[in-house]
Amino acid sequence: MSRPVRFNIYQKEADAKTAVSMTEAPEGYTGDGFFTTKLSDVVGLARKNSIWPLPFATSCCGIEFMATMGSHYDLARFGSERVGFSPRQCDLLMVMGTIAKKMAPVLRQVYLQMAEPRWVLSMGACASSGGIFDTYSVLQGIDQIIPVDIYIPGCPPRPEAVLDGFMRIQELVGQESIRRRNSEQYKGLLESYGIQ
Amino acid sequence: MSLTNERIKQRLQEKFGEAVSGFEEQYGMLSFEVPNEMNLKTLQFLYDDEELKFRFLTDLCAVNYPEQEGRELAVVYHLHNLTDNTRIRFKIFTDIKKPDVFTAVKLFSSANWMERETYDFFGVNFVGHPNLKRILNVDEMDYFPLRKEYPLEERTRTDKDDAMFGRGGTMN
Repeated sequence: MSRPVRFNIYQKEADAKTAVSMTEAPEGYTGDGFFTTKLSDVVGLARKNSIWPLPFATSCCGIEFMATMGSHYDLARFGSERVGFSPRQCDLLMVMGTIAKKMAPVLRQVYLQMAEPRWVLSMGACASSGGIFDTYSVLQGIDQIIPVDIYIPGCPPRPEAVLDGFMRIQELVGQESIRRRNSEQYKGLLESYGIQ
Repeated sequence: MSLTNERIKQRLQEKFGEAVSGFEEQYGMLSFEVPNEMNLKTLQFLYDDEELKFRFLTDLCAVNYPEQEGRELAVVYHLHNLTDNTRIRFKIFTDIKKPDVFTAVKLFSSANWMERETYDFFGVNFVGHPNLKRILNVDEMDYFPLRKEYPLEERTRTDKDDAMFGRGGTMN
């Protein structure tokens, strides 16, 4: 059975007028000299267009990510010019590559060092499920140790796929309620991973 | 004149007689077998001998032969004579139930990590090793993964289609 994988299924039409991409204002009530809207919408808008990614690249997916950061694909267009290398400064953990079992505690510690709100993107078959490495030394998916928001399939995924995954993350970030991280459900999720 | 395999064989037989056995030559490389407790003597002789001068331990590893009763684990020493650019290897065999082998650390410092690796994957107990603990695998691992009685595949995974990953086959 074929397993179709498609990226960028919500394509934007190219248009000279919108060549400079601006974010759309959130829904709200506009009057003479004022504008009211929900706080979570404004916070979401700000967050989603200024995500600082932390690349945790262990193998070939990391190479593909370098292309994504380069001028041709340019992740900076999405407000992520600043790739941070300190987990304490970053919002998005991008796990790219095979995670050996010996690496698992390291990855987990990096995740724990990130401040809330934090998101996790798992890129490629290995990070998502162990991939071809069906062997005793490889972690069979990072979701065994940390919660994951978005999985990007592929071995390795093309930069387009990475961008697509990144835009999904933006979608999640933009729509997230500012109370989500205090919710019982979220606490339960972290509890299930043994994270306080 | 560089060192020939015949000359190495002759020197070994002069020194150890019948104890050295199983001489064979694969791709021009001499290989032989010595009894388990003679590994250090052999290494020392190969090192000290003014003609042989095997003074570089290239590699040390193990092989598991589950079908050979009583000699399931082989420890293989790869040696290099840097003067004549000649390589040899020799094996010792040991029982998997009591895999004790004398450590070569006092002869070759580089054997330290290689023996730890061999212990890590095959559980060969190197008697006299200063720090015999796991080196590559996670410390929590409770078995020796390259012994053939254990499956290579990760046993905890549940979400993959076995047919797509070549599971369920055998080695034979």
